[in-house]
Parts: sequence; C-alpha cells; structure tokens
Amino acid sequence: MSKQAEDMLRERIAQVEKGGDEKYHAKLKEQNKLFVRDRLKLLFDDEFHVEDGLFANFMAGDLPADGVVTAIGKVNGQTVCVMANDSTVKAGSWGARTVEKIIRIQETAEKMRVPLLYLVDSAGARITDQLEMFPGRRGAGRIFYNQVKLSGKIPQICILFGPSAAGGAYIPAFCDIVIMVDKNASMYLGSPRMAEMVIGEKVTLEELGGARMHCSVSGCGDVLAANEEEAISAARRYLGYFPADYTAKPPVGAAKSPRPDAKKISEIVPENQNAPFNMHELIDALVDEGSFFEVKKLFAQELITGLARLDGKPIGIVANQPRVKGGVLFVDSADKAARFITLCDAFQIPLLFLADVPGFMIGTAVERAGIIRHGAKMISAMAEATVPKISVIVRKAYGAGLYAMASSAFEPDSCLALPGAQIAVMGPEAAVNAVYSNKIQAIEDPQERQAFIMQKRKEYQEDIDIYLLASNLIVDAIIPPEDLRRELIARFDVYANKKQIFSERKHPVYPV
Amino acid sequence: MKNVAATMAGTVINILVQKGDQVKAGQDVIVLESMKMEVPVQAEADGVVAEIKVNSGDFVNDGDVIVVLE
Repeated sequence: MSKQAEDMLRERIAQVEKGGDEKYHAKLKEQNKLFVRDRLKLLFDDEFHVEDGLFANFMAGDLPADGVVTAIGKVNGQTVCVMANDSTVKAGSWGARTVEKIIRIQETAEKMRVPLLYLVDSAGARITDQLEMFPGRRGAGRIFYNQVKLSGKIPQICILFGPSAAGGAYIPAFCDIVIMVDKNASMYLGSPRMAEMVIGEKVTLEELGGARMHCSVSGCGDVLAANEEEAISAARRYLGYFPADYTAKPPVGAAKSPRPDAKKISEIVPENQNAPFNMHELIDALVDEGSFFEVKKLFAQELITGLARLDGKPIGIVANQPRVKGGVLFVDSADKAARFITLCDAFQIPLLFLADVPGFMIGTAVERAGIIRHGAKMISAMAEATVPKISVIVRKAYGAGLYAMASSAFEPDSCLALPGAQIAVMGPEAAVNAVYSNKIQAIEDPQERQAFIMQKRKEYQEDIDIYLLASNLIVDAIIPPEDLRRELIARFDVYANKKQIFSERKHPVYPV
Repeated sequence: MKNVAATMAGTVINILVQKGDQVKAGQDVIVLESMKMEVPVQAEADGVVAEIKVNSGDFVNDGDVIVVLE
C-alpha cells in the first residue's frame, strides 16, 4: 500500500473523529457539555476501544459517523458496548445509518452478553430521511424492539446529556436506569413549541420535560447528576454492582465496615411507633461504608430503593422511610419498588426489605389514582423475585404493607424482626377504634372512656407481641439490633446458592 | 413567595413556627397526623413565615398550602 493512501486514510479518520463543525463545538462549551469522544474517554477505563461504522455516511461529506459513535471498551475491567450520539452532527439526529449502527451495537452486545450503554443527546429523527430510517424492519422501531428483548438479559444503562425527543424518548424508557444531567437533559414526546401549537399550552422545556422534573415527579429519571462528569462517574459506579449478563453473579467488591460515625440501631429506631425517624441512618449502620447507590432518590421518597454492599457483596435495598409521608406506600412508591425489585431479581442481586410501614395510603385521591392496581404491581414483583430475599420488620408492618414488604407468606428466605416490631392488620389505635367504636361512643364519662380505650389498646398490644408471633413461627427470628448486620451477612451467605423456579408458564398477566 | 404545602392528606397536629420566624430549607414547620403517623412537613426554601394558613386540628389535602414564606 502506498504511503499516500495510508496518509489519506489517517487524515480522513482524524477528520471524522473531530465530529461536526467548529461552531457546534463552541455551542457545546456554552452549554457545559462535552464532545462525544471526550465523554467516552471518561467512561472507559483507558483510551483503547473498538469502533465500527466510523465512516458511516462518509460520502455525504457533512455527517461524520452519521452522528453516532458505536464502540466497545472496558468499564471497571468489564467489556461494555456503547452507542453515543454526537450532537455536533445535525444535533445528534438519526438518519438511516445512525439507526443501523445503533441496531448493530445492540446485536453485538446481545451476542457477547455484555452491558450496553446509551449515551443520549439527540434531537430525534431526520424527517427528511424518514422512509429509510423510520418505518421499516430495521428502522428506528427495531431499536426499541431490541431494547425490550435485551431487558433483563444484559444491563442497559442510559446517560441522558441532552434532549431525547419524541420516539427517541423511549430509549431511556426501556433502559434499566436513566442518569440525567441537571439543566441539560430532557425527555418529552412533544416539545414546548409543539405543545403550544397542538394543544395551546404554554410551558418551558424544564417544566415540561426537564431532568429535575423527571427525577422527582414523573419517575422517568433515576439519578440526577450536577454535570456530565458526575453522570458518567455514576454510570461507572452503578455498573460495579452488576454482572455482565443475567447468568452471572454480581461482582464482589472489597468488604468494608459501616461508616464509623453511624449511630447505634437501638438509638435510631424510636420506641414510639408513630414517631418519625430517618431510615437512611439505619441503612448507614448496616451497609459497607460509601457503598449505597440510591436509585430514584428524589422520587416517591417515602420509599428508599438502592444498591449497596454487605461485606463486599451487592444487595438491593427496599426500605420504607418514616421520615417522609410516614413511610406510607403510595401509587408512585409502589411503582418505584416494583421496578427496583424486578431490576435486582433480573441480575441475581439479593434483596433486603426494611419494613416500617403503616400500610398503603387510603382516601379518595389515591383510590382514584388506582392505589390497589399499583400496589398489586409491587406485591407481584416482590412475590415473583426468586433471588435470596430477607425481610426485616424494623418497627411495624401493618395491613397490606406487611405483604408488600416481603413478609412470611411471600416466601422470603427469612422474615426477621427487631425486638420492638409490631405486625398486625392495623395499629392499636386504629384497631381499637374499628372494633369498639360503638362501645367507646356509649361511654359518657370522658375519663372512663379513655381508660377503656387504653385497656383495649394494651390487650391488643399483647395480642401482637413479637414473642407471641415468634412463638407461632410467624417471624423466623428476633434479632438484637446491634447484631443485625452480622446476621444479614451470615444469612445472605447461606442463601447464596438459592435456585428456585417461581412458576412454569409463559409469563404472568401483569397487574399494570 | 415560597409556599409550604401538605405532603399528604391528614390532620394538622402541631404548628412549629410563628409568623415572622426565620426558617431554613429542610426545617420542619408543621406536623400532620396521617395514617396514625406523625408526618413532619418541611420548608423547601429559606424564608420568613408570612402567613400560617391552618389551625391545629384542620384537615388538609395533599398539595394544600399550609404556610406562606417570604
């Protein structure tokens, strides 16, 4: 081969790797965004990676790589596949080759059984190219079809750096986790301009589909990052909890003690069943220091979901948060739990339930919002999970809240209780009112009435005494609070080789 | 004006601030009772209490404004 031909090739590679026009690079800087290849450098362990389709649409002249980089590299030593939009090329929009490249990297990830990351920053389809990229067998619809097919097989992670508009908004929707960059990321079916034209609504992009809105209100976002560096580093951390595919065990990290300033569990959990406390303090006292990766931190905060390490081994935590809305389960918190449980169960991550729950919310608003239908999603996801699962009744578990938090009937590997735990259809106050309402009304003397109520509450307390429940084999063990971490480590270790097929069938009819 | 709204339906059982008080973001300003639980409601931003819109014992719905901050 001539030196000249090689020089020309190198020149052309360098040209394509520069991406779009200089003015679009300047715009990136203005928006506090990084160029796609700089994002990849931050994502991968080292610079080396394999890339296909660099010359996609080369002949067009002004569409380097057709606006998307598809590459294979290493993250934490694990091979991963990546598709990354280049917003300096026609705003990261999709043409026929863009779509074909995305489909091919999906097919590669499926064959190699490795995680797939979607680094999204795209204005959507190029309408001028719609015949080639929209409706056909290998059109954009195929990307979503593949995502659904890959779901639960390999981890799929989305980092949203900019817009994901219209159909493109389904890429994050079909991923396991969506990390959004505050201020820049957005997700919407119709832009604010379209909303005004079509339905007459005047709204800003941030209100309509901004990162903060999605991470706190719609639940489409899982992690809100302050900037791109933080978002990429969150993705790297997240991947550290996951195996390459569903057949492998999650990677074990170095074991660490809980953070040294963690409070004693007996001091964290108040004796008064009705007083709030911060469940995060209990999680801190249980898990390896610095290992908690919270998922949907800003969404439905009455329930906490997150990945953590216990003696180095990954677990998923589902915990009621009495500090927020009394830890009551709502429509959104039930959805949040269902999704997180499914995520952990798909990738062999054991589940720990920390229950302190007064029940599912009642009242007109939630009944109309379908609290029963949403609660059913949580209960069915939890019931179906066959990974090792441990339920800890931290303080109380009332009503269907008990069921939702993986109690005895739902075949946890164990249902444990702390010494102050209460398990009942409802709490003593509500129960006494429900059973003796007429009697209470009939007692005229207020003092006598109060004495009657207190007496009945005391009797009720005795009926739901935790030793009585243990005596009837309803809980498997009562654990001294300060031994809980040690107990959980020992139990998850014992359950590590659990193999269970939940039910033989095609699939359940989901309560969606 | 930054409003503090009820986070869920319930009954006001404790008002922790008075008109004119300086409050910080994250500070508990009112305690509701709902589902037999004490549910503290926090201010989302720093401010001075301009108006308290509820009395102890009032029923509030999710989203009702309970304290107005300036």
